[in-house]
Amino acid sequence: MDSLAVDLARLQFAFTVAFHIIFPSFTIGLASFLAALEGLWLWTGRDVYLRVFKFWIVIFALTFAMGVVSGIVMAYQFGTNWSVFAEKAGPVVGPLMGYEVLTAFFLEAGFLGIMLFGMNRVGKKLHFFATVVVAIGTALSAFWILSVNSWMQTPAGYSINDVGQFVPANWWEIIFNPSFPYRLVHMVLAAYLTTAFVVAAVGAYHLLRDRTNEAAKVMFSMAMWMMIVVTPIQMLVGDLHGLNTLEHQPAKIAAMEGHFESQGPAPLILFGWPDENAGETKYKVEIPYLSSIILTHSLDGVVPGLKEFPREDWPPAAIVFVAFRLMVGIGSLMLLVGVWGLWSRFRGRLYEDKWLHRASIIMGPTGFIAVIAGWTITEVGRQPYTVYGLLRTSESASPIEAPAVWASLIILIAVYCTVFGIGIFYIFRAMAKSPDTSEGVEEGIPVRTAGITPAQALQPHKGDRPHGS
Amino acid sequence: MVLDYPLIWGFLIAVAIFAYVTLDGFDLGIGILYPTTKDADQRTLMMNSVAPVWDGNETWLILGGGGLFAVFPLAYSVIMPAVYAPIIGMLIGLIFRGVAFEFRFKSSVESRPFWDISFFAGSVVAAFCQGLVLGTLVQGIDVVDRAYAGGWWDWLTPFSVMTGFAVISGYALLGSTWLVMKLEGVPQAHFRRVSRYATVVLICFLLLVSMWMPFINEKIMEKWFSYPYFLFTFPLPVLVAVTTLVLWRALSINADYTPFLTSLGIFLLAYVGLGISIYPYLVPHVYTFREAAAPDKSLKFLLVGAVVLIPMILAYTGYAYYVFRGKIKSTDGYH
Ligand code: HDD
Ligand code: HEM
Ligand code: HEM
Repeated sequence: MDSLAVDLARLQFAFTVAFHIIFPSFTIGLASFLAALEGLWLWTGRDVYLRVFKFWIVIFALTFAMGVVSGIVMAYQFGTNWSVFAEKAGPVVGPLMGYEVLTAFFLEAGFLGIMLFGMNRVGKKLHFFATVVVAIGTALSAFWILSVNSWMQTPAGYSINDVGQFVPANWWEIIFNPSFPYRLVHMVLAAYLTTAFVVAAVGAYHLLRDRTNEAAKVMFSMAMWMMIVVTPIQMLVGDLHGLNTLEHQPAKIAAMEGHFESQGPAPLILFGWPDENAGETKYKVEIPYLSSIILTHSLDGVVPGLKEFPREDWPPAAIVFVAFRLMVGIGSLMLLVGVWGLWSRFRGRLYEDKWLHRASIIMGPTGFIAVIAGWTITEVGRQPYTVYGLLRTSESASPIEAPAVWASLIILIAVYCTVFGIGIFYIFRAMAKSPDTSEGVEEGIPVRTAGITPAQALQPHKGDRPHGS
Repeated sequence: MVLDYPLIWGFLIAVAIFAYVTLDGFDLGIGILYPTTKDADQRTLMMNSVAPVWDGNETWLILGGGGLFAVFPLAYSVIMPAVYAPIIGMLIGLIFRGVAFEFRFKSSVESRPFWDISFFAGSVVAAFCQGLVLGTLVQGIDVVDRAYAGGWWDWLTPFSVMTGFAVISGYALLGSTWLVMKLEGVPQAHFRRVSRYATVVLICFLLLVSMWMPFINEKIMEKWFSYPYFLFTFPLPVLVAVTTLVLWRALSINADYTPFLTSLGIFLLAYVGLGISIYPYLVPHVYTFREAAAPDKSLKFLLVGAVVLIPMILAYTGYAYYVFRGKIKSTDGYH
């Protein structure tokens, strides 16, 4: 298997999965947000929740469709580009992915139709139920796929048979392998944060245009609560995740930290450029002791360096190093915005603080960047293995010639950029519409989205409950 | 308990693939039939008739592929590289037609024709590529040492191209009879006419495939004429003929449901015929389903889930179809 074909296959996997993850990161969070909105609407009877719900469900539908089609590409790629991996690891990871299909994808798909089209067919309660089920489905999907991925990072509960396949020995150990709980929590929180920042940005945009916009206020306020609660937890979980990685994949930590020599006390390198050939991190700005404190919780704990590992087992250090700073930097900014929001709220200026609104708009897409950066750390840091320590990436690929991989890579890039580019444009357009007038029918376009059906059927019986409670 | 896990799973995967072929078959068919009408409202109706269910239909494809990965990893790992290009083509086709469901209604009126083309072309390409995969498997693929050993154009032969077109015509029939069931009035009459053409074309393809197949692969020929297989192979053409007659008559007497049901029947018979021709192989004439199976422990673990979950899936999928039952109205909105 020539190495060009392997590199191309890696590039193809990285490209398609990075695109795919954008959509689930958003739909996992948005599905829960929609369930919360519909629940609040049923509970309080306030119209404004329904308007916010209808505003976001359009965007949800668009995102979901793109998540589905980009996900199917992923499922087949294991066979097309990574057939040796598929044959060897299939008996272990295949059933987990089978469970993902059986428990998550069917559930989502089955109730999505009702959630999107069924408001006037099934009644409010059942419709709410469908929304909740879709939200559960997205979380289950994350559960299984992250179990698969974590098993590849920290394999457990397997044995190896005479044809070199990994075979299951203990399913519990396989599913709940050592890095899985951390990765699951960290990823789901990342999805919630990503969504919160997008929702806040859209709310802020509409508040800047009209600060009395009720629906914009609701979404902005909800998103700001989400941020301030979740960001600190995410940082804590991230720290724990890192400690877990130190235990199981120390070379990855060495790359993240930019340490080539093992040392204690170890400084925290804030910035710099790990140069693998020179075997040192250049241009570094560092804080003494801090790395030891974070990773070993003592002043002079020893932190591993890359040189402790054979050269052929090093992950590409510079990419991992930069991606880690990007992710943590964004996390810190998120915390700042969260605190700012809380402070504005206590001063009663949450809906007036124009600079907060501007900052929120700028922060809108950063969740996606952090997610992709985080995954880059995880996956590039696992190199040169697909199944950590056991199966090398160079030995996982399909017997496919480079031209075939080239051709499919170029086609996929072209198609993804056009189709998903246009989709994202439609999403922006839907976001720009005012949420308070989302009943509005745009000239010439029969709106399937908001207007025709649900409005009358779904109006809460006015008078049943006092408004504005 | 001692169960024959590979056999059970072979059966389940076969069922999943059949479910995929018929369910996604009719909604791909609708895309294939888009050019038969120019009327924008009629196209909206066609799309709306499957909009709430297409995602669920496509999930069977993931179960088929993912299931193969899980329970027959060896088969998955030699088949996928062998049909590399058709798989990529199918995925791209599915992208274009999948997003069209949403984009067509979010775009401006001027760019809508673009998404109509995307829906049509995506459906045709996906169907054609599935046919190519089928043809390639029937011909047989080169395997050495548990890995695919052929080139990356091996899938392209006259036979596989022919099966590609055959699948397009089959899906077109499913799609048009589905529309006969879901529409009324003028559009319904239109698709009744289309169904007739599709029936004729499909039957021609079935004849062609049956005559060609034994020559493509002599193992299939042997199989067909040997005991006990011929007890199955010979009644099949008769059953197909009878079903086709019922279909034809149902179209003449303006029945609503029978055309769709009988089209499904034709698919089932063709599928059974295919199954008999390649049984017990999963990768035809290289690996039987037993040789390709993962260890029992993997099969058992997933089977426990499948036994509980598949009936549930069938129940709520059935419910979803029930919610959207009946004739589709132009006022049937979205969200
Ligand atoms: C909104 C997104 C987001 C934010 C703000 C953070 N992370 Fe993160 N991080 C992710 C999103 C993410 C991710 C995309 O979800 C990853 C990739 C795999 C995973 O489990 O989570 C990830 C991976 C990841 C890893 C790699 C673990 C491994 O694969 O071995 C570590 C050590 C951290 N994170 C630590 C942190 C710390 C200390 C943060 C404090 C600011 C932080 N993350 C903020
Ligand atoms: C969803 C977010 C994910 C992102 C952004 C991501 C990113 C990446 C990147 C950047 C690479 C290339 C690494 C390199 O070659 O240096 C890669 C490789 C890979 N990842 Fe992931 N990954 C994600 C999730 C997953 C999951 C859930 C799985 C398993 C189910 C997985 C399995 C693989 C495999 C098999 C490869 C190819 C072999 C390799 O190069 O390591 N990835 N991924
Ligand atoms: C952390 C990584 C991943 C997460 C959290 C994740 C999650 C999800 C979610 C929530 C969906 C539902 C559709 C949507 O919301 O867009 C989805 C779709 C899908 N994902 Fe991923 N995914 C990840 C990576 C992968 C990988 C690596 C694969 C390939 C094996 C994959 C395969 C699929 C498939 C086949 C679908 C379509 C399912 C459908 O029809 O609903 N995903 N994914």
